[in-house]
Amino acid sequence: MNIIRYQEPELSSSPFGRLESLREEVNRLLENPFFGLNRSGGLVSGWNPVVDVTQDKDFVYIKAELPGLKKEEIDLSLHEGVLTIAGERQREHQQEGEKVYREERTFGRFQRSIALPIAVNSDAIKAAYRDGILTIELPKAEEAKPKQIEVNLS
Amino acid sequence: MSTLTHRKERTTAPTQTQAWSIPRAHIREEAEGYLLLLEMPGVAKEGVEITVENQELTIVGHRSDANLKGEPLHRESRPHDYRRVFDLDPAIDTGRITAKIEHGVATLRLPKAEKVKPRKIVVSD
Repeated sequence: MNIIRYQEPELSSSPFGRLESLREEVNRLLENPFFGLNRSGGLVSGWNPVVDVTQDKDFVYIKAELPGLKKEEIDLSLHEGVLTIAGERQREHQQEGEKVYREERTFGRFQRSIALPIAVNSDAIKAAYRDGILTIELPKAEEAKPKQIEVNLS
Repeated sequence: MSTLTHRKERTTAPTQTQAWSIPRAHIREEAEGYLLLLEMPGVAKEGVEITVENQELTIVGHRSDANLKGEPLHRESRPHDYRRVFDLDPAIDTGRITAKIEHGVATLRLPKAEKVKPRKIVVSD
């Protein structure tokens, strides 16, 4: 007879728990077929943040999802037309007596390099970080922009 | 199977056609309760909705980040809001669940009810 109801958590050992997590993994893979693959196609255990790139007449725009990072932990650099976003997400120190039931987050160093489609004015790049999202505005270099040439026909 | 914040697989609610992203989770048990972390980049404090009903915890995160201007050159992100449902351990005191969100990561503390914490009983004379 139980006097104090206490249940030993069993997720990690229960066969149902394992099945359930396998099912989730499969779902995740189906949801994103490139999950776990880096750009060169190999399986990686590290972190590969999601990146979007767009452009309009005057700017190239880049957006990267870096959840959990502080602003100071993000490094941005531009070298020969390649913009690199790098940093490191630290795993929290585990305390004694803690049991981790689920770990889907990835940690460690990451680096994404984006070859810009056009020359940019590196002195006027703007970046903002909010809610785990980094957005970068890169003004296209004047000399790289397509120009209208006026031809006077007489 | 009645323990922990065990996920119920329901990424898209059957009555809805809306697509959701499943936020990545970290779950751990500490002495005082469970800690649940969910990655929801693009979600601000106002965008988080947490509901507890019938021992089921639902977390929804509405993104407030705007799409990039211009024509897309390369896209990896998914525009959907986030949603994930967990079954709660009956030992969790649902009245004392607290949540915060910082840098796109939501942190929920799910304290265990006093009555289920292991305790020492002192034998009196």
